Amino acid sequence: MKTVAQGLRGFGAYMRSLMGADAYQRYLEHFTSTGHAGPAMTEREFWRDRMDRQDNNPQGRCC
Amino acid sequence: MGRAPDQEELDQEELDQLDLDQQDLDPEQSAERLDSTLPAAAVKDSVREAGERRWTPAKIGLWVGISLLGAVAWFMLALVRGETVNAIWFVFAAVCTYLIGYRFYSKVIERYLLKPDDRRATPAEYKADGKDYVRTDRNVLFGHHFAAIAGAGPLVGPVIAAQMGYLPGTIWIIIGVVLAGAVQDYLVMFFSMRRGGRSLGQMAREELGVIGGTAAQVATLLIMIIIVAILALVVVNALGESPWGVFSVGMTIPIALFMGVYLRFIRPGKVMEVSIIGFVLLMAAIIGGGAVAGTEWGAAFFHLDKVTIAWGLIIYGFIAAILPVWLLLAPRDYLSTFMKIGVIVMLALAIIVVRPEINVPAFSEFAGRENGPVFSGALFPFLFVTIACGALSGFHALISSGTTPKLIEKERQTRFIGYGGMLMESFVAIMALVAAISIDRGIYFAMNAPLALTGGTVESAAQWVNSLGLANVNITPDVLAQTAKDVGEESIISRSGGAPTLAVGLAHIMQQFIGGPGMMAFWYHFAIMFEALFILTAVDAGTRVARFMLQDSIGNFVPKFKEASWRPGAWLCTAIMVGAWGAVLLMGVTDPLGGINTLFPLFGIANQLLAAIALAVCLAICAKRGVFKWLWIVALPLAFVAVVTITASFHKIFSPVPAVGYFANNQAFSQALADGKTEFGTAKTVAAMEAVVRNTAIQGVLSVIFVTLSIIVIITAVVATMKAIRAGGGRNNEDPAVASKVFAPAGLFPTADEKALLAEWKALPAEKRTQKAGHHS
Repeated sequence: MKTVAQGLRGFGAYMRSLMGADAYQRYLEHFTSTGHAGPAMTEREFWRDRMDRQDNNPQGRCC
Repeated sequence: MGRAPDQEELDQEELDQLDLDQQDLDPEQSAERLDSTLPAAAVKDSVREAGERRWTPAKIGLWVGISLLGAVAWFMLALVRGETVNAIWFVFAAVCTYLIGYRFYSKVIERYLLKPDDRRATPAEYKADGKDYVRTDRNVLFGHHFAAIAGAGPLVGPVIAAQMGYLPGTIWIIIGVVLAGAVQDYLVMFFSMRRGGRSLGQMAREELGVIGGTAAQVATLLIMIIIVAILALVVVNALGESPWGVFSVGMTIPIALFMGVYLRFIRPGKVMEVSIIGFVLLMAAIIGGGAVAGTEWGAAFFHLDKVTIAWGLIIYGFIAAILPVWLLLAPRDYLSTFMKIGVIVMLALAIIVVRPEINVPAFSEFAGRENGPVFSGALFPFLFVTIACGALSGFHALISSGTTPKLIEKERQTRFIGYGGMLMESFVAIMALVAAISIDRGIYFAMNAPLALTGGTVESAAQWVNSLGLANVNITPDVLAQTAKDVGEESIISRSGGAPTLAVGLAHIMQQFIGGPGMMAFWYHFAIMFEALFILTAVDAGTRVARFMLQDSIGNFVPKFKEASWRPGAWLCTAIMVGAWGAVLLMGVTDPLGGINTLFPLFGIANQLLAAIALAVCLAICAKRGVFKWLWIVALPLAFVAVVTITASFHKIFSPVPAVGYFANNQAFSQALADGKTEFGTAKTVAAMEAVVRNTAIQGVLSVIFVTLSIIVIITAVVATMKAIRAGGGRNNEDPAVASKVFAPAGLFPTADEKALLAEWKALPAEKRTQKAGHHS
């Protein structure tokens, strides 16, 4: 039972990263580890910025 | 914000320690520590190689076992001539061959041709910005890359190719991916990574000069238009006269808009949450579609003919491409990724559990002819262009350069992600093939032949199919009517394009796995839904990418166009791109000859020509790196794909057989018109005859343009290669080497040596471990 739960949790975490749901966390990690001046973007700002950058930098999707 | 480190920011000492020219590396120095307080960034070359060459009895046993199982599976598929063959042998033949190809062939490519060096930082490390350049866990990136390359292509091509029997397609998909498709993806990804994530077009210009580069860029743009148009044609064919399909696929638009608004304003960043909500809504849309199509008003309102749907798709395509990404494209991409993983896992499970018996012959009656009803042309070369995605897909070169290389953590992981990712796509193609051939052959031909042949009614279709004289095929009108009823459609006659056939096959397998016959209609529309979802995502993204390419090209003459935010320019370029693929789409939808039958080869040729261009660029790069002895690894698939596509193009251009040659057909219909005939072949009116004349002329001219551009690219690449061979190497356009300060294993499972090194890294205090290279600002 415990291993099943563990497996499911692992799969959930994998899907989360796969879908890019952890992007903000990754950004924060990067931000704190590199020691920038000024505050980091808030979560809302980050996602807005991410989407708006995609507007001008489209990613292809294959057939 | 995150800024990429300049060369000056690195200590000179570090650079001295890192040998810039990897050809001259002393293997024993390879684990030299760049920062004495950190563990090594790579397993020592000598240690790694010793590990790779250590053959324990268990390891030998494992590979002997895999080889034997693979051999038995191939024997069952290729040589045993029973009445039926079990689907499980397809799975074994594919998986065993992939494992051998991955373990041995891709290792040869890695060791002798590419020579990745984990002491070098990847763009994700030296350009790290927390946004576009982010070191990503290899297993996550594998899924990410796979989701970007796999779409409707591998689900459609193998279905259409099944006309010739299962064996030609199976061999091409499995052997082709090992020797060609996965090689292309791996090489392009590696070279793009070494160049900071540059695109294929940029690499072509850099390596092949202005002429080759420009030809490559123009060809890429045209090829994208064709690919988008024909993908759109597949959707239109699947949704035509299908109220259920139109409703449920149409509902994806409001669902995506809702998800977009939710993510933007209500709960930003809750990607998983919104994807699950979207998925539930999607299932509701499929189930609701059945109810809606069952009502009188629903059936009347959503019963649309193909031309109307095509226009709807064109208008939708334009709006979707100018709307902000967050509103429609991004949320639908989440849904699409979610569905992709789910569907593929489910399909694999179902095939393994159900293990359907296949009664399609290895080679069908059409394998030796060139007038098959599903696609025209002889096995060579047309089988090899009909199945593009799954065996060798040039479009992947556009994905493998650009996004994925910016996320790779360590150089050695490109083998797993690039080569391995493509093997995975090939497996999807095999499963699609199995699903499609698990249905009765009579149904297959009734569904996939053009309307002009089947006549559109169950009686005429059954009569036509039985008149083909196929072994073991004797279909009754009742069976065709019952199948349509089972999947909740009014008719399944002449639903060409591959998607509906796959959906029937999938429904057939899935109902044995979950739900029973009562669930067939649900599974059918579930399959149509995910195929449409993948295609619409590809159409949107393709239009957008093509729009930027066009803006960039026009920008060379009118600089204002380079500003992506300049609305009139963006709208104009979007309109041009949508107009271009829309015109081809309408041509396909209204084509009296049956659209898919004539256009699908053009799709394959376009896709494969792109592969030829990508491989040509890789060939030039490899020659410039000075590894002449192993150039055949690139030259082999390049030569094959060049011969296949150029031969196919020449058939299409010069063949005197009207069913194959565009101009021969053009001539025949022009002549008929000149003779004053009012009907000719499958065209029953003068207007239809004129349409054929127009369509064949356009298709013919497009073929000529494609093949000319590709030949230019290949010639410039060969010239660049010869020059490099004579000079003993050439200019290195890679980004300068930067020392890596991180470590991660190369493959799915870490090796013993990698585990030992990982343990060293884990022992470090956390703040040292997360230190990123190069940032001192």
